[in-house]
Amino acid sequence: MNPIWTITKRELASFFDSLIAYILLIIFLGFCGIFTWLTGSDIFLMGQASLQGFFNIAIWVLLFFVPALTMRMVAEEKKSGTIELLLTKAVTDRQLVIGKFLACLLLVIIALLFTLPYYISVSMLGNIDHGATWCGYLGLTLMGAAYIAIGLFASSITDNQIVAFLLAITFGVVFMVVLGFVGNSLPGFIGETLSYLDFRGHFGSMARGVIDTKDVVYFLSVTALGLLLTEVIIGRLRT
Amino acid sequence: MNIKIQNLTKRYGEQKAVDDISFEVKTGEILGFLGPNGAGKTTTMKLITNFLEVQEGDIIINGKSVKGHADTLKRHIGYLPEHNPLYTDMAVLDYLAFCAALQQVPKNTIPNKVREMVRLCGLDREKHKRINELSKGYRQRVGLAQAMIHDPEILILDEPTTGLDPNQIVEIRELIRQLGRQKTVILSTHILPEVEATCDRILIINKGKIVADGTSATLRKQAQGKEVLRVQIEDGENETVYDALQNVYTTELIDIVDTAKNVFEIQSVADMSSKREIFKLCAEKGWVLTEMTALETKLEDIFRDLTLN
Repeated sequence: MNPIWTITKRELASFFDSLIAYILLIIFLGFCGIFTWLTGSDIFLMGQASLQGFFNIAIWVLLFFVPALTMRMVAEEKKSGTIELLLTKAVTDRQLVIGKFLACLLLVIIALLFTLPYYISVSMLGNIDHGATWCGYLGLTLMGAAYIAIGLFASSITDNQIVAFLLAITFGVVFMVVLGFVGNSLPGFIGETLSYLDFRGHFGSMARGVIDTKDVVYFLSVTALGLLLTEVIIGRLRT
Repeated sequence: MNIKIQNLTKRYGEQKAVDDISFEVKTGEILGFLGPNGAGKTTTMKLITNFLEVQEGDIIINGKSVKGHADTLKRHIGYLPEHNPLYTDMAVLDYLAFCAALQQVPKNTIPNKVREMVRLCGLDREKHKRINELSKGYRQRVGLAQAMIHDPEILILDEPTTGLDPNQIVEIRELIRQLGRQKTVILSTHILPEVEATCDRILIINKGKIVADGTSATLRKQAQGKEVLRVQIEDGENETVYDALQNVYTTELIDIVDTAKNVFEIQSVADMSSKREIFKLCAEKGWVLTEMTALETKLEDIFRDLTLN
């Protein structure tokens, strides 16, 4: 069996055995549900059959949901010493990182699948733009992947789960808010570059139903970079 | 699989944890790694198992350097790390199956392998429990089982018997000895009788350097080439006996252990034995020789000699 899948399976089993998965799913669906249907910019006020409101909420909920998944991924292994066990087995550092990444990504996808009833309900209420909705889901998945890679990196640079959690949220806030804010207030090339790195801009166009290669490549690059950095940090444990 | 270690050095900052050591271990050999805390035993083991990267010197396993072949070589190594880290949230059976899968044991043979390890390591009654419900001794067995599950040619065991009760220690030693016939085993320990009981060869390491290498018998010889006898002679006056013993040409040093019972410890001149001469002396004088025991240098003494400087 491929070592990546072996690690993914163990991590997923551990999520569900320890109830972490259930608790996080309930919290994710709870927050998304409340803010989509009951309060805030809720769906009934907009007068449009669209999941735009849900997408705008979900990106913020993911900002907290993903770090809670990733915080223990590497930090806990370092603290308990099990990292030594993994790194001396026939697994490369890259397979290890990808295995853990996939476990988190699958859980994010499961969480998103549970919101499909929203889609079905809204589509029965009116004329929903199916293309835009699926695009939005794709955007959420890509953004989730980027969050996971950032979270794994945060988890790899410490052996304390709380520090990993807080760091991951901080990095997330930088990508969600700080870059865009600073970028808009700076003139010229630097300002443009920083604004370009902002998560929300890229997600926004996807949620409107526009799949631009630029946006997809952007999220995939952030993901790849995060995973690569995690791999590098794990490799440095060997020195 | 033979392991050849060449001029291996490992630095942590300025400090050298392992300092230019070289040795070789052959298939079918059980090597005991001895040394005080912080001597570099664990570091050496981490380098062999490729948890730490080799930067200076080299480790050649089966003709291949760990530099560049680490990923293929890891499959042939079973490793029990020092503090026996385990996924405590997993059940014993799941954990062993996970380790087997990671070590690329073919999927259809995993259940058999797991069953075999459970039997071999005496985990039958505990196999459905989660690891965090197990006592330290059973956790140690799980650690051993995960190290051996893929039937590795090389076993690296860092203090394999810590936390085990005396019966378990005997069982595990027996297990290691059995396995050691076909495998290359390196084990580290603080318990000196354990090395004597289990290992074919002993390597004593201190401050990152090898200070002794050989079987326990050769180490004894090296440490003290002189014969020491404990002798009890009855029917003789203490002082007369003492003087007479001193006049025997093979004796060098005589200690009176017990004046009332005439017990002496006699050290012979290097490469000579006093046994026959003492017997002859007693026969001549009509004394009764009630005890004559050759005292062996204890491994503890050798260890202390070599590592306290």
